[in-house]
Amino acid sequence: MSGRRFVVVGASLAGLRAVEAARKSGFDGPITLIGAEPHLPYDRPPLSKAFLDGADLPAFRGEEVLRDELGAELVLGTAATALDTTAGTVHAGEREFGYDALVIATGARARTLQGTDGLRGVHTLRTRDDAQAVRRALDAGARTVVVGAGFIGSEVASAARKRGRDVTIVEALPTPLVRAVGQTMGAACAALHTRAGTDLRCGVGVEAVEGAGTVERVRLTDGTVLAADLVVAGIGAVPATGWLAGSGLTLDDGVVCDETLFTGAPGVYAAGDVARWHNPMFGRHMRLEHWTSAAEQGAVAARNALDPAVAKPYSTVPYFWSDWYGSRIQFVGVPATDEVRVVDGGPGGDHFVALYREGDRLAGALTLNGQTQIMKYRGLIARGAAWTQGLEFAGRRRSAAMERV
Amino acid sequence: MKIIVDWNRCTGLGICESLAPGVFEVDDAGDLVLLSETVSDGDLEGVRQAVEGCPTEALRLEP
Repeated sequence: MSGRRFVVVGASLAGLRAVEAARKSGFDGPITLIGAEPHLPYDRPPLSKAFLDGADLPAFRGEEVLRDELGAELVLGTAATALDTTAGTVHAGEREFGYDALVIATGARARTLQGTDGLRGVHTLRTRDDAQAVRRALDAGARTVVVGAGFIGSEVASAARKRGRDVTIVEALPTPLVRAVGQTMGAACAALHTRAGTDLRCGVGVEAVEGAGTVERVRLTDGTVLAADLVVAGIGAVPATGWLAGSGLTLDDGVVCDETLFTGAPGVYAAGDVARWHNPMFGRHMRLEHWTSAAEQGAVAARNALDPAVAKPYSTVPYFWSDWYGSRIQFVGVPATDEVRVVDGGPGGDHFVALYREGDRLAGALTLNGQTQIMKYRGLIARGAAWTQGLEFAGRRRSAAMERV
Repeated sequence: MKIIVDWNRCTGLGICESLAPGVFEVDDAGDLVLLSETVSDGDLEGVRQAVEGCPTEALRLEP
């Protein structure tokens, strides 16, 4: 396989796993890893969790491991600007990189609040630099306003409360997390904020973020004015596909791929938050912003790009987790809307399990502090379990718990 | 093969359990429990995936 050139664009989890998988599969040709951030690949979930509480954030691998053991040329702090699928080249910085196999793993970038460019104290939370700035502000005792009651925003609020700081979350929709977990369970998760002393305001928008050079206040659409030294926008992310304009790849909320993560251009595969691929497990295209799928797709995309003749599909039951106020929220599958049933605990309590039905199939499960149950549902969903099987399993769990009491 | 868990790193995310349910289980308290420390041939592939799939890199396999 030597002589062929493998290029990975995007030096986060999916990109790193692509490099590692290439070497594990026996590829001994040159590898180039191109990343927009100046940092070595690092882990993102801790940025809004342990890192905000003061934990260290080491890089995934040291520079010598990447360079010497994995034999990758590192081109960091250099955003890719163009892809030519006919010539087989990637442009980044002042250079042009020819490839025979390419994995696109440029991830997503955080949406920003309109009209806040250059205003100090206003941040998103996507990168190590973002997280460092937010942590410094929290350390300094900032009055904090979080815009968006999604997972990132909720974790920031949780970190602020952990330090005993007052924090307000402003959410434009009447109920948070509806797209992620549905109406009822979105409300159940939101109740955690209120119980922890976070001021959650739903159904109200941000009119303006104001300040002279540094943020001073947030003006809401209902006329309320919130004093603020730190504003964190957790209003979603958009796939980083701007550099692929004109490449001929199909772009539609991400790089559209088939079930093997193939983009349709020779040798070009995509992985991680940027990829919208056909997930055979649910028979539909999806784009995930989850740790597990990014890691796994990175590896699959690399193996498939280097040996397309035997390309394998990537099929998965999506999984994500989020930590709020010492509680763990976990979700597996898809948040189907045909029916959502709470099968254990209650939406107002410290523990619950909710199941999601699509047709007659068990499609998803959400738990709050249900760590011992969540993966059993992931297994059921992966095996294509019927809704009734999900309910039966839940019934057996409840009976077993009753016997233990 | 033997499984080594770095208990300082493990936070009980449970991906290992979904990949090798015969070997790993997260308990009610959210802590990982090893159902077996040695790995049978049948479980080996799942455990390898679990080692690779652990978000906190808390798992190792040793001969």
